[in-house]
Amino acid sequence: MKGFFSSALARGLFWQLIGTLVGAGLVTGIRALMGLTATDTFFFTEPAWVLGGFLGVLFFLVGSGVTSDWIKWARGIDTPDHHEDHHTGWDKYANVSLDHKVIGIQYTLVALALISIGGLFALIFRAELAASQLQFLTLDIKLFGQNGPQLYNTLMSLHGMIMIVSILLGISGIINYVVPLLLGAQDMAFPRLNAFSYWIAVPAAVLLLMSLVLGGFDTGWTGYPPLSARAPVGMQMFFLGVFTAGWSSILGSLNVLVTVVRMRSKGMTAMRMPILVWAAIATSLIALTATQLIGLSFQSVMFQRLFGMGFYDAAKGGNPVLFQHLFWFYSHPAVYVFILPGLGVISELLPVFVRKPLFGYRWIAMSSLGIALVGFVVWAHHMFTSGMNEYLRVPFMYSTLLVAVPTGVKFFSWVATLWKGKISTPTPMLFVLGGIIVFLMGGLSGPPNATVSTDLHLHDTYFIVGHFHDTIFGGFVFPFFAAIYYWFPKATGRRMNETLGKIHFWLMTPSFFVLTFGMMYVGLLGMRRRIADYDPALGIDSAHLVLTIAGFLIALSVLIFFYNFFKSIKSGEKAEGNVWNSRSPEWQVPSPMPVHNYEQPFEVVGEPYDYGLKDAGYVKFIEPDKGTHK
Amino acid sequence: MIHFVIVGLLVVVMTVLTYFGLDAAGLADQMHPVAASAQSASIDQLWHWEVMVVSFLFSLIVAPIIYSLIVFRQKKGEMKDGEHMEGNTNLEIGWTVGPLIIVVVFAYLGAYSLGEVRRVDPEALVINVKARQFTWTFEYPEYGIVSEELHLPVDKQVVLKMESADVIHSFWVPEFRLKQDIVPGRVTEYRVTPTLEGNYKVRCTELCGMSHYSMEGPIVVSSQADYDAWIMEQQALAAAAQTPEGQGKLLTVRNGCIGCHSVDGTPMTGPTWFNLAGSEVALADGTTVIADDAFLAESILDPNAKIVAGFQSPSVMPPYALTDEEIANLIAYIKTLK
Repeated sequence: MKGFFSSALARGLFWQLIGTLVGAGLVTGIRALMGLTATDTFFFTEPAWVLGGFLGVLFFLVGSGVTSDWIKWARGIDTPDHHEDHHTGWDKYANVSLDHKVIGIQYTLVALALISIGGLFALIFRAELAASQLQFLTLDIKLFGQNGPQLYNTLMSLHGMIMIVSILLGISGIINYVVPLLLGAQDMAFPRLNAFSYWIAVPAAVLLLMSLVLGGFDTGWTGYPPLSARAPVGMQMFFLGVFTAGWSSILGSLNVLVTVVRMRSKGMTAMRMPILVWAAIATSLIALTATQLIGLSFQSVMFQRLFGMGFYDAAKGGNPVLFQHLFWFYSHPAVYVFILPGLGVISELLPVFVRKPLFGYRWIAMSSLGIALVGFVVWAHHMFTSGMNEYLRVPFMYSTLLVAVPTGVKFFSWVATLWKGKISTPTPMLFVLGGIIVFLMGGLSGPPNATVSTDLHLHDTYFIVGHFHDTIFGGFVFPFFAAIYYWFPKATGRRMNETLGKIHFWLMTPSFFVLTFGMMYVGLLGMRRRIADYDPALGIDSAHLVLTIAGFLIALSVLIFFYNFFKSIKSGEKAEGNVWNSRSPEWQVPSPMPVHNYEQPFEVVGEPYDYGLKDAGYVKFIEPDKGTHK
Repeated sequence: MIHFVIVGLLVVVMTVLTYFGLDAAGLADQMHPVAASAQSASIDQLWHWEVMVVSFLFSLIVAPIIYSLIVFRQKKGEMKDGEHMEGNTNLEIGWTVGPLIIVVVFAYLGAYSLGEVRRVDPEALVINVKARQFTWTFEYPEYGIVSEELHLPVDKQVVLKMESADVIHSFWVPEFRLKQDIVPGRVTEYRVTPTLEGNYKVRCTELCGMSHYSMEGPIVVSSQADYDAWIMEQQALAAAAQTPEGQGKLLTVRNGCIGCHSVDGTPMTGPTWFNLAGSEVALADGTTVIADDAFLAESILDPNAKIVAGFQSPSVMPPYALTDEEIANLIAYIKTLK
């Protein structure tokens, strides 16, 4: 515990608190001098909280020490290229490290923490929805300045955004840990920027959680004005949190792209890269170029509130629908940011457990880029009922349906990969297969939302909620778990318990089918999105009860996963060799991986997935005495 | 080859089972709940086609996966690899072009169906809709009627001209299958031809704040004769409501007051008006005040001047531009609520 209080994480959080107080105090002081109201419901006024939140982030970054090398350089002081890591055990993850593997695990741990928080919020409002009428989130309760329905709205909105941030950190975790290993690189191209991308996400998460206690906000994660222009001050913390988290995404994806372009091993041509690298490229291209739009849209509402700039205020000539265009220009491609790495994990792991080459490697690689590209021109399908120009609905219907084509290529190729293989189903493979089927459910429930006339019924109902959860569980959650079970031995030298892993899978998967199919069902019957209570006359009470039970069973399965995860770190079965009998380079050396990865560089001499072909290696390690002319 | 034949049969069987499974759940031939508008016919038709294709595509992927998992399973202790198969360009082209054709066909059908849904009847009856947190108000400009209930004649197209007083709302009647957002600063249009007499509800589908969940309003679709009778009745009521109390009641409907203030004592977002006038009111700051005309007028014009104990501070009540006469009428109406 003593180690924790002196860690970079604890220092950062302490300085974030100081920074928040300094910023808020500054504005409060100035307001007092100017004779304006200095305090408000949540002690500080809104402008004070905003500057406080902003300075809190800056103080965190400086206080945690993640920027100290840059500050030294600016002052003309040299620093060594690599830092020797003197921390051990958990301390390693609470302190600044430049090692991509440590950063990858840091990302993953924070992602898991946020999944737990977001999941807990879901359980609270899922319990409220178990029957019609308000149960415990009633009008009488008062918590953080909110009554029951307001708290419901805040929890529901935060569930959305916290899960989104958790997903962004989760994919960064996988990509950071695995991609340099797959490329044969010593680290990411910019190790300090890499650490910075991770550390800036921590104060961002704190800001998001602050919104809960500062009056919350009732807009959903989409934050549409004019509602978001009049929500409590928690709204501003939400905007600021997302804005800050966006930097993590932008800078992280820049780093991934440069690493892939510059740091591949000898012989690793584009078409000999592991398929997950292609997915990482596609996802990074989107994150690098589209994230700015959600930052911009939220920032403009922030300014509308702070400075009275009427971007979306109809009374001042603003246009509320404009916000939706800006917002969805990121937020639609964002779902491809979430799923492409997961689909990459599926394609990466499938050949290992099928013992057969990945069917149509080039087509799968190109389909990732295809999805990324088409994903940029479909955003307005979220706005079919928004009141935008009517004739725009038809072209956006065509472009949206077009996404089915590259996605279909992936499905067919996966099926062909399974065909005539020698399939084994340890836990990672179960999650891969579960991911395929769940993502298929998500994919097939999509077109009815894409064709405009059916969407006029389905839009903003629980049908969409079910569809969305299918795509994200299939495209991210299942592959994320598969990746953790699969690369856990690489990171720790131990493997997770198979039996518990299988219980996790067999408990989560059926519950999840019930949950999302049930969501679609009640949605068709008239259940709207984002409501704290529903009309008993709809006759969906018993269906909702089943959904709540299914939700809690999923939570139970994830608890089992956590138990397995932490127990296996300490006392899991030793697994230092090539546990999965994989061809991938990281499994050709003992686990866990040393600090600068491979002791000998390798050269790519074959195809990555040539299972079933005798004597066809993928990588060959270069002996040091033969000269490494690199 | 035998594998392909078996899987082919499996796909067919599974497609049929999936389709009839969905049909048994009542989800195949039409969307839910009961269809009550002319527009829903083409929407339900498109949905039906989509369910058929979805059943087929689901089976096309899942059947071979399940078959492979059983037949191509690694036997215990077996360490052999599978067959070395890297890909097949013809197959890849096939499963790119095939879905592309399906996609274009469905996009065409979707556009066609949208055209059907948006078909305009120039004779359509015009009704103005006012949405505000968290109520619906309907105005019949031809008759000078304002109502909290939307009454529609069956088999006649109506066009709703919809405006919002505050944030974005969305007009959805599940039985009509149609939905349209209402955006502050503009008028959006909702065209529907009800075809089935009955009672329905409009349900706000764009998150609009705290009580979004309860923003529902009754809709009555009736025969032309019943509709005409209702219009007459409302006109008579409006004529009779020339008293201050009657005008006050109309104002509460028009301004959506009753979305937050009950007239029968039910607890809602704001204090109830039942037995309010003349009573002693406990305030949040611990003091009490008699609810006389001055207090009521002040509370309408400046909701934050005195916050009633147990209610939110600051108040979420929006500002209203009301004349002195209107305030007096409102107070007169509140006094009748005993």
